[in-house]
Amino acid sequence: MQLSLRLKCLSVQPSRGLMDEKFIVLVQNALPGSQLTIRALHQCEDGHSWEAFGHYTADTTGTINVSEDPSIGGTYSGVEQMGLLWSFRPIPGSKSGLRMRKKNIQTPMEVTISVYQGHQTEGFADLVPLSGVAVERWYMAPGVRRIPVTEGGLTAALFLPSGPGPFPGLLDLWGGGGQLVEYRAALLASHGFASMAIDYLTAKITMETGKMVDNQYFETAYRVLQQHPQVCGSKIAMIGLSFGTSITLKMAVYSEVIKLSAAVCISGSHVQPVDGSVEEILRFFQKNGEKTRFSEKNEVIWRDLLLPIPTDPSLKVNVGRLQCPLLLVVGEDDQNWPSQESALDIKEMMARAGNSHLLTVLSYPNAGHLIEPPYTPHARSSTLKTVEIEEKVMCLWGGQTVEHSRAQEDAWKKMVVFLKENLYGGRNPTSFSHL
Amino acid sequence: MLAVSKRCFVFPCSCRAAPPGCGPHTLGRLFSAMTQVVPPILSVTPSRALVDEKFKVLVENLPPGYPVTVRSLHNSEDKHDWEAYGHYVSDHSGVVSVSEDLSYGGTYTGKEPMGLLWSMRPVPGSRPGLRLRKMNVCTPMLVTISVHSGHEGFRDQAPLASVLTERWYMAPGIQRITNNEQGVQGTLFIPPGPGPFPGLLDMWGGGGGLLEYRAALLASHGYVSLALDYLRFDQESENLELKYFETAFNIIKDHPQVMSDRVGIFGLSLGSLVAVTLAAYSTIIKPCCIVCISSNHYYPAQGSTVASRFEGVTRQLYKARVNEDNQVIWKDVGLEFITDPSNIAEVGRINCPTLLVNGCDDQNWPTVETAEDVARLMREAGKEHLLSRLAYPDTGHLIEPPFSPHFRATTFVIHSSKEKVLLLWGGKTKPHSDAQEDSWRKILSFLQFHLYCGPCLKAKI
Repeated sequence: MQLSLRLKCLSVQPSRGLMDEKFIVLVQNALPGSQLTIRALHQCEDGHSWEAFGHYTADTTGTINVSEDPSIGGTYSGVEQMGLLWSFRPIPGSKSGLRMRKKNIQTPMEVTISVYQGHQTEGFADLVPLSGVAVERWYMAPGVRRIPVTEGGLTAALFLPSGPGPFPGLLDLWGGGGQLVEYRAALLASHGFASMAIDYLTAKITMETGKMVDNQYFETAYRVLQQHPQVCGSKIAMIGLSFGTSITLKMAVYSEVIKLSAAVCISGSHVQPVDGSVEEILRFFQKNGEKTRFSEKNEVIWRDLLLPIPTDPSLKVNVGRLQCPLLLVVGEDDQNWPSQESALDIKEMMARAGNSHLLTVLSYPNAGHLIEPPYTPHARSSTLKTVEIEEKVMCLWGGQTVEHSRAQEDAWKKMVVFLKENLYGGRNPTSFSHL
Repeated sequence: MLAVSKRCFVFPCSCRAAPPGCGPHTLGRLFSAMTQVVPPILSVTPSRALVDEKFKVLVENLPPGYPVTVRSLHNSEDKHDWEAYGHYVSDHSGVVSVSEDLSYGGTYTGKEPMGLLWSMRPVPGSRPGLRLRKMNVCTPMLVTISVHSGHEGFRDQAPLASVLTERWYMAPGIQRITNNEQGVQGTLFIPPGPGPFPGLLDMWGGGGGLLEYRAALLASHGYVSLALDYLRFDQESENLELKYFETAFNIIKDHPQVMSDRVGIFGLSLGSLVAVTLAAYSTIIKPCCIVCISSNHYYPAQGSTVASRFEGVTRQLYKARVNEDNQVIWKDVGLEFITDPSNIAEVGRINCPTLLVNGCDDQNWPTVETAEDVARLMREAGKEHLLSRLAYPDTGHLIEPPFSPHFRATTFVIHSSKEKVLLLWGGKTKPHSDAQEDSWRKILSFLQFHLYCGPCLKAKI
């Protein structure tokens, strides 16, 4: 009986998981000591194929357990339970500058995990695997509902957890690329937060009128969320990444309407003209455009646009006036925004103002700008079309894959705990006394 | 002055059946301004799983030392509500962990991580004799897990929190193909991947019809499985019938993605009789191994079909005992039949590994006596080394995949007379559920050993 006919048992548990859940990849019944490659393959919505693979040696029982055994080569090495997901990269021959982002979060990300004989590094398309399984990765837990929001001129999507509620609320903002990016809000709803993803740069109203939204747009979003019958109006937080941080800090400190219970700011800065509208803030960044640098690969580095951190108080959100807990997430190799320098300045400002007990900073060496939910592949650079620039540029985000992936996993975990503590905690025990 | 119900005060925003004049929105806003109350956090991990996978149900953010009831609710395909619940008390960090804590009462007690599934039963007020079986395996079984305040009367109030969880018979990537080839009626399930895979012929019992769920689950474990519809009362002769099973077996064996020398047979009740007779008498097919749940070796006359033999048994039912709950016990009638050696299949002719799984409290068929008889006959034929037996105390006839609810007695329609009876299957819920869990694990390891590992391969390498 040839070796190739020896049956391999490959299993992935759970076969249907949430995007932030770990899985266990197990190969059994292999020839003890044999060399095998475990590979993950995914075709994303825009048709590009991504792969990740590890090189393993079966133990004396013929078993490989990806959570316990080291990969000795491939797109990741060492004991990496989730390496098959976070080390995804476009297959050879793909165009450059790709980034993996799911648009339709009502369907799962489908990944095929297969085992191959030997330690393979290329030409997988021409090889027949020994075994393969299909795995689903979901942004939405069962029962989570997606509700498009258009009232008050908003372009947004509300994700409600299953159950009667009420749930604490979350406003979810992404950055300069615009669009309605829903996946993080969907995943947070799967953790019990009524989360509203908001498009504030390419909103329908902006596309139709040519005018950028004003501060009232965010206050409208807050009101809509607050008034929802299944939302606990007094427990609303805001989370922003990149330019979304600028909005979050501005609203947290200056808005008369928005009263946040907590704020999470990822890869951003407090530097902005304090009285500025969205449009004015964007123009402020553009003014410093000549500080743009280029890497040797001709990738755009925008981190210097806001440097040095100004001393002029009219150019920084006065974080000393912040009244809610703030979690800052910083990648120290962020090449797109000066998030580390900003975090240091925020820390100093809050220490001087006496409210630094509200601040938590998570700072990750060698992590880049795009600190996404865990196991999302790392993009050190990718093509970007922002609302300010017409053509696509190759933008350098920064970060080294292994450390960036660890940062994503750690930051997410801590962020969920931070949100749970600030939005679900603070229970008043005496209100149960009559029960 | 607003009329306030107790429920409204605690979780105003979730007021569902509020008293008249007390609109949820107004009350909600009024109270959320006054109180800082937030609900507990309920999570089920994983939220999507195969039916034989365990989950962890966790409640957090409760007041310390607080009594709650955790409940599961499922609305079946035939529109009946099934539920299970356990009474818990949170610890002083406000947590209830169903996997770690004791249930103090409900449909299950003690430390039972999966009690919310296996102890399910029809909600009060349901028709008696119901049985829960999934017919459409392409969709998951949806179970709502909720947490309620208090123990007694927990159903009077809206839940504090609830989540939806999915339980699947089919893993992702499995192909489901209806088979009508060569006159064989069944459904084929093929695992994802290149193969080749071992195969299984899967058969249920005297209830008839085509039940796909176990075959789908077996495919999720890497076997090309054919769920076979075989109880055909129009079938004329035994020879034709043997041919039907052999054809079905060969459909699997000859499938391009199946390893032809690794095909087994899996049967429950009447299905196990088919497995045994095929293994003993067929000259055309040679199963690699057989699994017989609730074993049956009743084979009274050559030239009769499974269906006619089954009818023969049911016609003797007037002899069957009926207990005070009006439940029919077939076991004794069966025992009478099998004490006559001319009524038994020649199991000594079986040449493949055989696993017999039985419940000691089986009230439907003398399965334990059957297993003993099979053991004796195989021993006499020098084949004892092929046999493995599992006999579970306080376990009944319907040994299903793990975490399926236990059915002690359910309605059964007798084909010949169209009579509806309440058949007693037997078993006590907790031991029966433990048996389902243990036997499934052992069955999977038996199948993996014989169909995936295979002594012949090991020797060569």
